[in-house]
Amino acid sequence: MASTVTTGGAAAAGPPPVKRKSLMGTRPWVALVFLLPALVLLGSLVLYPIGYTIQRSLFDADNSAFVGLKNFGEVFTDHSNLTAVKNNAIWVVIAPVVATALGLIFAVLTERVSWGTAFKLVVFMPMAISMLAAGIIFRLVYENDPDRGVANAVVVGIHDTFAEASAYPGARPRPNADLAPSAGGSFTTKAQAQPGTAAALPLIGVPQNKLPGDTQDAKAAAPAADGGVSGTVWLDFKPGGGGTTGAIDPGEKALPGVKVEAVKDGKVVASAKSGDDGTFALPASAAGARLRLPSSNFATQYNGVDWLGPSLVTPSIIVSYIWMWAGFAMVLIAAGLAGVPRELLEQARVDGANEWQVFRKITVPLLAPVLVVVLITLMINVLKIFDLVYIIAPGASQSDANVLALQLYLKSFGGGNDQGVGSAIGVLLLLLVLPVMIFNIRRLRREARR
Amino acid sequence: MRTFSTRAHNHQARTALAVVAAAALALTAAGCGSDDKKDAGPSSGAPSASSSGLQLPDLKGQKLEVAAVWTGAEQKNFRGVLDEFEKRTGAKVTFVPTGDSTSTFLGTKIQGGAPPDVAFLPQVGVLHQFADKGWLKPIGPEAQAQLTKNFSKGWQDLGAYQGKQYGVYAKAANKSLVWYNTAAFQQAGVTEPKTWDDFLKAAETVFESGTPPVSVGGADGWTLTDWFENVYLSQAGPEKYDQLAQHKIKWTDPSVKDALTTLAGLFGKKDLIAGGQSGALQTDFPKSISQTFTGTPPGAAMVYEGDFSAAVISSSTKAKVGTDAKVFPFPAVGSGKPPVVSGGDVAVVLKDGKGAQALLTFLASTDAAQVWAKPGGYVSPNKSLDLAAYPDEVSRAIAKALISAGDDFRFDMSDQAPAAFGGTKGEGEWKDLQDFLVKPTDVAGAQAKLEADAAKAYKN
Repeated sequence: MASTVTTGGAAAAGPPPVKRKSLMGTRPWVALVFLLPALVLLGSLVLYPIGYTIQRSLFDADNSAFVGLKNFGEVFTDHSNLTAVKNNAIWVVIAPVVATALGLIFAVLTERVSWGTAFKLVVFMPMAISMLAAGIIFRLVYENDPDRGVANAVVVGIHDTFAEASAYPGARPRPNADLAPSAGGSFTTKAQAQPGTAAALPLIGVPQNKLPGDTQDAKAAAPAADGGVSGTVWLDFKPGGGGTTGAIDPGEKALPGVKVEAVKDGKVVASAKSGDDGTFALPASAAGARLRLPSSNFATQYNGVDWLGPSLVTPSIIVSYIWMWAGFAMVLIAAGLAGVPRELLEQARVDGANEWQVFRKITVPLLAPVLVVVLITLMINVLKIFDLVYIIAPGASQSDANVLALQLYLKSFGGGNDQGVGSAIGVLLLLLVLPVMIFNIRRLRREARR
Repeated sequence: MRTFSTRAHNHQARTALAVVAAAALALTAAGCGSDDKKDAGPSSGAPSASSSGLQLPDLKGQKLEVAAVWTGAEQKNFRGVLDEFEKRTGAKVTFVPTGDSTSTFLGTKIQGGAPPDVAFLPQVGVLHQFADKGWLKPIGPEAQAQLTKNFSKGWQDLGAYQGKQYGVYAKAANKSLVWYNTAAFQQAGVTEPKTWDDFLKAAETVFESGTPPVSVGGADGWTLTDWFENVYLSQAGPEKYDQLAQHKIKWTDPSVKDALTTLAGLFGKKDLIAGGQSGALQTDFPKSISQTFTGTPPGAAMVYEGDFSAAVISSSTKAKVGTDAKVFPFPAVGSGKPPVVSGGDVAVVLKDGKGAQALLTFLASTDAAQVWAKPGGYVSPNKSLDLAAYPDEVSRAIAKALISAGDDFRFDMSDQAPAAFGGTKGEGEWKDLQDFLVKPTDVAGAQAKLEADAAKAYKN
């Protein structure tokens, strides 16, 4: 793709017409007239902006005072700029390599299957979506709420398959009651359980409609006859307020199915589950023990991974980029693959090479020029990445996901209004792209000569 | 989206998500539904001189252009006001939406030599900047007369710069409101709290009842700045508020420490915030509102934000404002008065002329406010406006709180600050308060960061 464009450009404005001019007797001014539109466009849309940006980067925010290289000094000392540089480096290394590798795998694999074209079509489809739309899609994919974000729905789904959900997530003991939080998210009584008196274990923070459907009102437990310990676990909150805290008021609901452990010297000596009316009974061995409600009753729901949090935000955005551009890499590589002589592959197979060896030793080396084109195109593309980061990163972690192009925008227009520093970042970006461009142009020249 | 973003912060629109886009669609649809009341408004007004004695010149054949940020329902409601003006004067008025960045839009228009006749500016800072550059024309004597008659001094001064009156705050926002889910309050048996301590106590009781108490839209930094401003205005008082807004006192001031400590009393208690701190940080403004009014139990019982929240409630939830969703003024902190933090859009003249001045006169009049108030979603700082003009109980209460604050109200502090500090996603005050939400124990650290960012943005 890149090469066609360049040859086309060379035919219009490059050296060949100049040579032909004298041969065909074309007057210089005619050539100039024909060149003029291209020159004017290039000059006004490319050269002038570059020149102006360089000039602007040497002036202060108001464009009133010449400040020399001070703006560049700020670019290299400001913390957020350095984060942007660091993230850009991560992007340039990871994104093109992974996208190209995936594209290569897709291209080689789909070559063999009959529905390869259909597969290619699907993989290429994200390319038809604008960066903005892709950003919004992935913003939703990474949504934290498992009911909204696909990524977390998958993670939570897998987690919940292996871990049992607790009965009353988020419940807490009534503050200032005998029951108090203890180590590991469990709740333990301060007093020791006395046989003959009913223990009260009041909990709060459970929504009424999250109770099992047929929940009964809580009942005070009858003292156990055999010297055992009895008590009630209940929701110490009366709908509409009122009621005495720590006491079972009429209308307060029982909490059935809560595990109660009797703990003596850190060892569980007995355990029971609360019944439908919230009461439980422990054997005589529990006398004098502290009652503990283990954390398994209350473990809060697993909420999945914080995809767009400070630590994962850049990898998450890179994944969305790869989703978009792996198709592009695949299509170019597949085109290259079509040009690889079949005989060579056949020959290698006849010589006894297995498929992996054919891939490693024949296909990849033959494809090397295409791979380089894809890598370089993606690198240039990634250096100026802006939209995905701007859209996907939420405000709280935007500074952790920052890249140079975004920082350029933020500094120049997004509040900072310092177009001096913004231009300096622009110049820096240009300098970073230049080596890749020069490499690309040289390579094209070499190819053209061949 | 625009409907609430502009009243809140211009910049908020940039945080647009797909969710929000969807909400905006719903919002527009809702707006269409509500405007059938509008047609009744203008037709009742008599041409030229009206009951209030407002005199408007005959402007037959004149063309005017008005630029403001409003879209959707808000634009439609404002169109009703313009229609009334057209009817009374015979002028033809076109409305131009400015897009998110009002100052940039107007700046390019002015420099290009084709400014609209009248524009609405969303921030005080922009008014000062434009007046400083000489882009604004002072208002005429007729408009000044209406302004003096209908507006308290505080609102007049907001539209003035260096002793000259440039603008009329025709539209205000009350940003000191706590919306609550009546069902959740009933379930918990709590009533509207009047003080911060009662507020926390009520939150505690609501938590005990099994409903997460307070929804905080921490994904949008501006909601956090509004939280801080309310607490600070009530606790430290209007004088300190003004000083801090102009960065005459530093963010390391003890008063800031007190306000942040007060705020940490809420933000620091995981149980009191819907989803805990990390959950709040991922809740954007529309979601913070909608989750408060969906589900049983709802995602939260209370949510703090300005009057524009009503638009989100009616567009993205099934709750009805006034029955399912009610509102109480932001509680007073300590010994202070209940705060009234406001926002608003100021009408200014960019191209002098009889028509532009007449329009400003009209906008400053009670007649215009009456037409504007009728469809709802609008609060006027016009003290002469009869509260009966508002369509429902809730908007009446909101307007009453704003008017009765007299000159004790204060304009949104972050809207007065340079945009780099008070109005940029992921930077300055927005980001620092988000960090504070995650780590409410580190008051001193938050202060230090706020001061460092403020010093950089204010350049002093």
